[in-house]
Amino acid sequence: MTRISVKVDGTTYEDEVEPRLLLVHYLRDRLGLTGTPVGCDTSNCGACTVDLDGESVKSCSVLAVQADGSEVTTVQGLARDGEWHPLQSAFHERHALQCGYCTPGMIMAARDLLRENPDPTADDVRQALEGNLCRCTGYQNIVRAVLAASGQEVTT
Amino acid sequence: MIPPAFEYARPASVEEAVRTLADAGEDAKVLAGGQSLLPLLRLRLAFPELVVDIGRIPELRGIREDEGTLIIGAMTSHHDVIRDPRVRRHAGLLAAATATVADPAVRHRGTLGGSLAHADPAGDLPAVILALDATLIAEGPAGRRAIPAREFFVDYLQTALHPDELLVEVEIPTVDGWGFHYEKFHRVAQAWAVVGVAALVRRDNGHIAEARIGLTNMGSTPLRAAATEEALVGAAAPGAVQRAAEVAADGTHPSSDPSASPAYRAHLAQVLTKRAVLTAGGMG
Ligand SMILES: Cc1cc2nc3c(=O)[nH]c(=O)nc-3n(C[C@H](O)[C@H](O)[C@H](O)COP(=O)(O)OP(=O)(O)OC[C@H]3O[C@@H](n4cnc5c(N)ncnc54)[C@H](O)[C@@H]3O)c2cc1C
Ligand code: FES
Ligand code: FES
Repeated sequence: MTRISVKVDGTTYEDEVEPRLLLVHYLRDRLGLTGTPVGCDTSNCGACTVDLDGESVKSCSVLAVQADGSEVTTVQGLARDGEWHPLQSAFHERHALQCGYCTPGMIMAARDLLRENPDPTADDVRQALEGNLCRCTGYQNIVRAVLAASGQEVTT
Repeated sequence: MIPPAFEYARPASVEEAVRTLADAGEDAKVLAGGQSLLPLLRLRLAFPELVVDIGRIPELRGIREDEGTLIIGAMTSHHDVIRDPRVRRHAGLLAAATATVADPAVRHRGTLGGSLAHADPAGDLPAVILALDATLIAEGPAGRRAIPAREFFVDYLQTALHPDELLVEVEIPTVDGWGFHYEKFHRVAQAWAVVGVAALVRRDNGHIAEARIGLTNMGSTPLRAAATEEALVGAAAPGAVQRAAEVAADGTHPSSDPSASPAYRAHLAQVLTKRAVLTAGGMG
């Protein structure tokens, strides 16, 4: 067992964990933060994307012990005072999800993009989401939602 | 799946890491960005007794310049390599090829050193490092040694590193003024290369004075397209480049897998080499 201290969505947790515990399982099974799903066994789908110290990462591909001393933000930490994050509102308004399984990862990856590039083109959005798979929407409305959340007018 | 159980060590210096590896013997694995190792552990394709996490060793991270050489720490992330102005200026091929690796989240964690030490023939950076004639610096209990890129990649997933050695940095002779291009053929955006071609071209008075071509996934290690490199010297027009590219697969032994047969890979090597050289040479 290894002792870790991690700040998740604003709360600091101290825990003893097995070194093999994946960050995503720590979030879901220990902290009960089931907003971050697991979609694959191969690090391909991006459903598990969270923010680790200011960068998007696939939480199935990081050990909980690697997050020791770090700050994690999940999709559950985005709302402020009961108000959704602009990306959450845009996904809701633009029908950017069907089953919703990919949505937490899409939102976390898109948040990372908008931090680096506040005015992306549709192509920039597609490039930034290349590691996030959606099996329902065909991506069109996801791209539109991210553009809308960036404050740009979306005509199509 | 849940990885198999292992012990975990997080050394604070290269010296401590090397000592930990030497004490542990063959059953220890280095953990860098984890973007190849963690998928292997999750699929239970690797069973290390001890995982040595080199993620908190500051001296392994960062980029510096030294008289015509760019020195990149092994733990420098793909993301930092792409963004660095010195890499873009002095080794643009590396920045361009790294931008085609995986996706943004993987590039935040995955490292240059990890990509090279992993030595996957489908990985993009080994062929690029080979084309750049880089030198890899390893550190073990007996100190440091320099390994030329040509000697580093030994076989499928095998390098010249000893089990108690760390790859600590990569020295790249700068190629200011050279044209470059990485041409990657893959089925979907985030996928590995079926075949990739890294081209560096130095032009002089309208013709190619020197060319270096690295091939991804044309054998169990990255390769140089030596016959093409020779045939390109003096080429001034697309027709000459096309003829030189026809020998790009000479001496290669590409593998067969569900995405391509060896013959198809050989065909791709020719087509992609032509495209890469034309773009690198500004002749397209
Ligand atoms: C979905 C996905 C898509 C990908 N697509 C691509 C792609 O298109 N092209 C591509 O090139 N790569 C791709 N990768 C792999 C990615 O580039 C990895 O970052 C890289 O292969 C390994 O780097 P790492 O730092 O994560 O190493 P790790 O996974 O931590 O380590 C990999 C191996 O190298 C050893 N090692 C690492 N660092 C050192 C060191 N300093 N000294 C000694 N040994 C060391 C480890 O022991 C391990 O055996 C992909 C990965 C994923 C998950
Ligand atoms: S669960 Fe699929 S990438 Fe993490
Ligand atoms: S909405 Fe179902 S996977 Fe994206």
